[in-house]
Amino acid sequence: MSFMDLVKALLNKNPDSKEVAKERLRFVLVHDRTSISPEFLDKVKEEIIEVISRYMEIDKEATEVNFHKGEKTAMLEANLAVKEIKREVKS
Amino acid sequence: MGEVIVITSGKGGVGKTTTAANIGTGLSMAGNKVILIDADIGLRNLDVVMGLENRIVYDLVNVVEKGCRLQQALIKDKRNENLFLLPAAQTRDKAAVDQDQMKELCSELKKDFDYIIIDCPAGIEQGFKNAVAGADCGIVVTTPEVSAVRDADRVIGILEASGLSNHRLIINRIRADMVKKGDMMDVEDIIEILAVKLLGIIPDDEKIIVSTNRGEPIIANDTISGRAFKNICRRISGEEVPLLDLHEKDNIFAKLRKFIRSG
Repeated sequence: MSFMDLVKALLNKNPDSKEVAKERLRFVLVHDRTSISPEFLDKVKEEIIEVISRYMEIDKEATEVNFHKGEKTAMLEANLAVKEIKREVKS
Repeated sequence: MGEVIVITSGKGGVGKTTTAANIGTGLSMAGNKVILIDADIGLRNLDVVMGLENRIVYDLVNVVEKGCRLQQALIKDKRNENLFLLPAAQTRDKAAVDQDQMKELCSELKKDFDYIIIDCPAGIEQGFKNAVAGADCGIVVTTPEVSAVRDADRVIGILEASGLSNHRLIINRIRADMVKKGDMMDVEDIIEILAVKLLGIIPDDEKIIVSTNRGEPIIANDTISGRAFKNICRRISGEEVPLLDLHEKDNIFAKLRKFIRSG
């Protein structure tokens, strides 16, 4: 914080509009940079199911793949509904 | 072997075409052989900014479709012997030239020219992708506004994803008085947010509008924005040039501080 910022804070003035712009921009870019298109997510879901299906029977309708992003972290969450584990791979 | 530079921005109306015209003119004034390509097919504009709109016979699409020879389509600049314009087609759409054709054209032009400057259409769709296809590096133009910086970030992301990593940023229409009051993002803020190399800054200058009215790029005049464009051209040629001081009325202490910081 510069001296002028401090003076402004003490005078309880509104923050400079450039500070507001910077904050909004930072927030919007965090979101933009981690955005994933639904098509991309569908592809990921399809391929996850494909791999897991070698070992288990998956209920495609009940399966969900989601992407969550936070300020600093991103998480891919996959909930796969298993109908049955294939007999030949159990052991 | 020449260098292909694409001028892009994402957002429209930030000064891409004016920047392309001035950079092309500046580089040719410095003795380089330069060609400006207007890749904004259907929305041709570089010709009017250059004041060459009355001389167009053939265009980019004619060349690519082999309806004419390249030499027939090139328009020689009014003032500079070694500056040429390849205009966009006005009655076709963005799909008239594809990425392979653009690449082929650029590699052909590289043999004859020192710099090939491509004025890219706004947006990030096919027209943008085609314009960028043959480029060696990109110049991203933005203004100190949230919307323009956001779009610049998007474009930088796409350029990087397509393998163009050596792009640099021009910040256009800076108003020193507003920056001083805290009502406009300053250069450091924007560079930090975008994490990109700065190529230059251009003040918001009425004289640019006047020069565009006349179809004469401002770089030929000794004005503050003319100097800003000249500095940009020198940096493109590899020179180290300090940033222009837009606060010309600043007191001696501010100048001293800036000098120390830049040194």
